[in-house]
Amino acid sequence: MYATTIRGTSYRFPDLKTLMAKATPLRSGDCLAGIAATSAAERVAAQMTLADLPLSVFLNEALVPYEEDEVTRLILDGHDRNAFAPIASLTVGEFRDWLLSDAVDEDKLAALTFGLTPEMAAAVSKICRNQDLILIAAKRRVVTKFRNTLGLRGRLSSRIQPNHPTDDARGVLASAIDGLLLGNGDAVIGVNPASDSPEQCYELLSLLDELRETLSIPTQSCVLAHVTTTLQLMERRAPVDLVFQSIGGTQAANTSFGIDLAVLRESREAALALRRGTIGDNVMYFETGQGSALSASAHWNCDQQTLEARAYGVARMFDPLLVNTVVGFIGPEYLFDGKQITRAALEDHFCGKLLGLPMGCDVCYTNHAEADQNDMDDLLTLLAVAGVNYVMGVPGADDIMLNYQSTSYHDVVAVRRMLNLAPAPEFAQWLADVGLTDARGELQPLALPASFAPLLERA
Amino acid sequence: MADDRPTPLDKISMLRSATPARIFLPRAGPALTTRATLDFQLAHAEARDAVEERLDADRLFNALTSRGLTAVRVKSAARDRRSFLLRPDLGRKLDDDSREHLKPLAGDYDLVFVIAEGLSARAIARHALPVLERALQSLGQTSWKIAPIVLAEQGRVALGDDIGETLGARLVAVFIGERPGLSSPDSMGVYLTFAPRVGRTDAERNCLSNIRPQGLSYADAAHKLLYLCNEARRRQLTGVDLKDEADTLPSGELRAIDAKS
Repeated sequence: MYATTIRGTSYRFPDLKTLMAKATPLRSGDCLAGIAATSAAERVAAQMTLADLPLSVFLNEALVPYEEDEVTRLILDGHDRNAFAPIASLTVGEFRDWLLSDAVDEDKLAALTFGLTPEMAAAVSKICRNQDLILIAAKRRVVTKFRNTLGLRGRLSSRIQPNHPTDDARGVLASAIDGLLLGNGDAVIGVNPASDSPEQCYELLSLLDELRETLSIPTQSCVLAHVTTTLQLMERRAPVDLVFQSIGGTQAANTSFGIDLAVLRESREAALALRRGTIGDNVMYFETGQGSALSASAHWNCDQQTLEARAYGVARMFDPLLVNTVVGFIGPEYLFDGKQITRAALEDHFCGKLLGLPMGCDVCYTNHAEADQNDMDDLLTLLAVAGVNYVMGVPGADDIMLNYQSTSYHDVVAVRRMLNLAPAPEFAQWLADVGLTDARGELQPLALPASFAPLLERA
Repeated sequence: MADDRPTPLDKISMLRSATPARIFLPRAGPALTTRATLDFQLAHAEARDAVEERLDADRLFNALTSRGLTAVRVKSAARDRRSFLLRPDLGRKLDDDSREHLKPLAGDYDLVFVIAEGLSARAIARHALPVLERALQSLGQTSWKIAPIVLAEQGRVALGDDIGETLGARLVAVFIGERPGLSSPDSMGVYLTFAPRVGRTDAERNCLSNIRPQGLSYADAAHKLLYLCNEARRRQLTGVDLKDEADTLPSGELRAIDAKS
């Protein structure tokens, strides 16, 4: 039981997960689950109560039962007490001040990584303002490598997302070429297949691999099929750079995705054995998003933001190259409007970075959410200031297969220009070598490199 | 000497026709030109309007009955658009009056069609009747016992479970307006569930998506739906174990399958 009295009114929270839920900034998913604070004052009372809790509480009270959830076991068994030592005596509120303090720099945050549990990261995020989430996250860079170096300070990468409603090869190729001409694609060229048929995925993998080889692009490709499909394809020697999977923060959520930790381990081993990375061996690509556990009734009455942080607890055990929250995809019943989407994205990026993940974000919304492209402009800019590793490049921001809006190739160009950010160094060099960018790294108008000609001949 | 071979830039414009994606948009500096920006705004405005639009249920009801079809109107427990959007649980169950209204109609049915506006009333107004008529035309030549058509307001896919269970139908086909995309504000989906009852999961359904003239045509949608209905009845299931292999069969095969089941 946790309780506080504020100006004569007493507030009681029966357990830690109730306290966490009530301390969460307002969002529709927690209301839908019936666990949100019932008044604005109760929310702040919960935040004040949470701020006074010692961080060590999270090592003693599991929000999801240890015996019944392999994610909880992964988190608690993997906790590094030595790394935790510098903050072991702090409360959640003192931890926020510690994170903001000038004495805490990138090295201290990196050293803390495995001393921090997802629940601790979630707790401190709940008492941070958006500005705090940006300030603190900007201190922490997480660098990963496969064929290029992602996540360096002063860099902003992007995924080319050349989806097509029927996986048409020429259609995918056309969208990918458009992205490359706009300097996108250093994070990955990644297609969401319209069909999970192994044959179709094999064809898409071959197409993307040929594109990359033909143009000698220092990047990686991915077909975002289910992990079990990708495993099959690796057995058949398909050109798999990265293994993709959507993951959640509870065992039951992962069951609803048709996965467990064992299959993630197996697929990572299989991808490592292919030895396709030239400068690094981060071979996993994960997507997450607040609300996925609730939508599968797998949430144990925990708030959606805490469960999202627990998904990062899963992701970091597999040394991923890329992790992104698909923040606004799930719809208004989980994140109602631009304000809630923006808040959630900043929390996700913050928690992911503190937990040691190469966080990207699919800055996005659906047409039934109270949001528009202006909200995405705002969020994209905020995340770029916070040091997000990568965002999506979707042609014209309109995903014609998944029916939602994200950020465009042009948006990536604009944010790089506004904040003086460059693509991954190897990719930036390639852009210059083929003549797509000038000496200052700016895109050339109407540039069509000679090296693209053979590709177009076949198109 | 003239060279008629396409230049690389010609090739690029040829590629443009390979996808409905918004590729090779004109730039103004790092941003889009005014026209491309406003084109996007218009598409978003249309999609937003499609979400807000309500189905003209009277009109559709009259269209059904004027074709000699028996139809019945129900409502979900979601009172208005906002609660529909925020409370998916309410859109999945009948309101009490509707349940009482349906109960006396319960019977021995192989199949019930449910029509729900979902997130695009426009999709239902345009595509529900053409697909339904094609499906009923084929089913009319079979022994299938079809329940009255249920026209549902503020319904989600799983409302079909509640309706199917209440009516005692062995199979439910829910026609529903899909989440509008920027390039497709009027896309209809059909979800098929065997032995409908409250609590069925999406893994236990089969889905036909993107039904509209620019996507899955009416004829193809009806063809696939009938294939799935027949297979569902034959194998007594729907869901992940029932694959859509309708493409491998010529349309004439459908009745043959039905005759065997």
